[in-house]
Amino acid sequence: MKVDFNIDIHHLPRVEGHGDIRISVRDGKLAEAKWAVVETPRFFEMMVKGISAERTPFLTSRICGICSISHTLASIRSLECAMQITPPETARIIRLLAMHGETLQSHALHLFFLAAPDFMGTPSVVPLLHSHPEVVEAGLMLKELGNELSIATCGRATHPVSLVLGGVSKAPSKPRLAEIRQMITDRRPMLDRATDFFMTLSIPDFVRETEFISLRDGESYPFIGGNLVSTDGVVHDENDYLLMTNEYTVDFSTSKFTKVSRQSSAAGALARFNNNFDQLHPRAKEAAAAFDLQPVCHNPFMNNIAQLVECHHIIASAEAIIDQLLDDDLNDFRIGYEPKAGAATGAVEAPRGVLYHYMETSDEGKVVKADCIIPTTQNNANIHHDLHALAEQALSQGKGEKEVEKLCEMLVRSYDPCISCSVH
Amino acid sequence: MNHLGFELEKIKIASFDFTCCEGCQLQLANRESNLPDFLALLDIRNFREISSEQLDDYDIALVEGSITRSDEIKRLKSIREKAKVLVAFGACACFGGVNVLKNKFPQEETIRTVYKDKLVETMPAAKISDFVTVDYSIPGCPVSKKEVEEVVVGLVTRSLVTLPKYPVCVECKQRLNTCMFDLGEICLGVITCAGCDAVCPSGKTPCLGCRGPVENVHYDSFRQLVQDKGLSLEEMREKLAFYNGFEDYLSHEG
Repeated sequence: MKVDFNIDIHHLPRVEGHGDIRISVRDGKLAEAKWAVVETPRFFEMMVKGISAERTPFLTSRICGICSISHTLASIRSLECAMQITPPETARIIRLLAMHGETLQSHALHLFFLAAPDFMGTPSVVPLLHSHPEVVEAGLMLKELGNELSIATCGRATHPVSLVLGGVSKAPSKPRLAEIRQMITDRRPMLDRATDFFMTLSIPDFVRETEFISLRDGESYPFIGGNLVSTDGVVHDENDYLLMTNEYTVDFSTSKFTKVSRQSSAAGALARFNNNFDQLHPRAKEAAAAFDLQPVCHNPFMNNIAQLVECHHIIASAEAIIDQLLDDDLNDFRIGYEPKAGAATGAVEAPRGVLYHYMETSDEGKVVKADCIIPTTQNNANIHHDLHALAEQALSQGKGEKEVEKLCEMLVRSYDPCISCSVH
Repeated sequence: MNHLGFELEKIKIASFDFTCCEGCQLQLANRESNLPDFLALLDIRNFREISSEQLDDYDIALVEGSITRSDEIKRLKSIREKAKVLVAFGACACFGGVNVLKNKFPQEETIRTVYKDKLVETMPAAKISDFVTVDYSIPGCPVSKKEVEEVVVGLVTRSLVTLPKYPVCVECKQRLNTCMFDLGEICLGVITCAGCDAVCPSGKTPCLGCRGPVENVHYDSFRQLVQDKGLSLEEMREKLAFYNGFEDYLSHEG
């Protein structure tokens, strides 16, 4: 059957930021498939010029409303390396706990509010409050747990207040930590409930061989710092981030595209999973096995499941960190520093993938140059090429306009894009 | 829905975002333990970030973000035409927010620094009241969900909620914090509207003024306080410029 149709989704809903999907089919064949980011740029790399290093992490935090802790910590890592500041060990693990909170919050938001409605055929999570109250309850309890972890460690879940150069400005109190520890124990069954629910969903069968990029330190599952690695065997030092990104512009997108060894590559939960499976907590490995998820998995829809697997790891890791903090005297969490000239890269694993902040400082400790490369920027080209392959596969299976449209929307959401962040 | 024996109607609400991080909208999905009750007060007509259902009839429009491109002005004006009440939601919508920090650089240099030769449209970042009438403002970076809940309940029960006009210092003292000035930091809590429960000084970081100035700020006294404590006026200006809430003072001081 010869068919002609255009799919033109302007401002794709249930994603952060503004992106368009454009598909054009002529005579039953795919003529064009495009991922076009139309977000307004904010020019953060200019905004930070002349701002004191001390204030810069508070500014770059505002790049993203969902992963503000990651942006704060990427700036802190780059500025601390640039000015040779070594924060105390206690601060290092408090920061890691803050990141765990953010990742759990972000994954729960994506899995339950943004992705689940696709699988359930509803426009949003709201109808699920009535049809699947126990599932929504699990999602909310996990999201709240993530936020509580962030609030306890850095004062606020969005735009943290106590993550500063040299450490943290305030350490969580022990009674508060004990409370959160109990909360994790109480809510772990919610994660099992969520896992059971996701087992019932049917994940689209689509594979396009991809190069996956993430951090890896070989000692633990990556969150803050490490080598830059790819599933194609590329390894670079953190400071050589430009070799791992190769940013370029395309005329149909205000967000840049990147590539490494192939025409595109991917970052995010599935990339971390593919590169660091050996570092996952046994409970997370068990969850992966339940979904038959093994490295290297090339189905982008499985990024949803990789996020769920990471929730298992985060909860186990958070328990261990809190136990460690409860044994700590919590007195040594911040050191002073003298501003100085320098330059360095800070790489962290934000919920949606590896995030780079490069900063140069002056003698007075003001930022003179900055470069931020966002996970979603590193996924744009992959989303673009995946859309093409997915639409072609769907057409060859005889799927109609509505089915192609739905699959394409689901594909983009699987990457959990953070579009305003990618344009920054 | 029943309140004190009266049947209440849900409010038809929509949420829109412009140039921003979308962190204020995200707050609507926080405070999860009472989220189902909060959602029960709302008839969500249009909220792209969480729903693919997009309807054009709504009474209340929450508008997040600043304006930096001509298509945004058009979209904002069309929202204004449809909404009975337009709420400036967060520091970017209220004052322009951190986005205004780019305005001090020549626009061509800004575009070239980030995009090299690619043509990208942008204009100086501006608050939404530069283009449309704003009925109500909820400041903050991000907004406080607790405050949003109070405002929404006020709208549902037709009772006007006024936000604090007193400074962050009041809330900070209630939390028994050590004054940031006594720790050697310039804190804008002295001249910034409360309502955040002094979240930054409670985390031992100084207030950067994301909720904008209190009424009748005595800037000379504030400046004197900074000088008396031996702190830097340059740093004071960097902080006052952070969210653009103190625009009038900075342009006056020149």
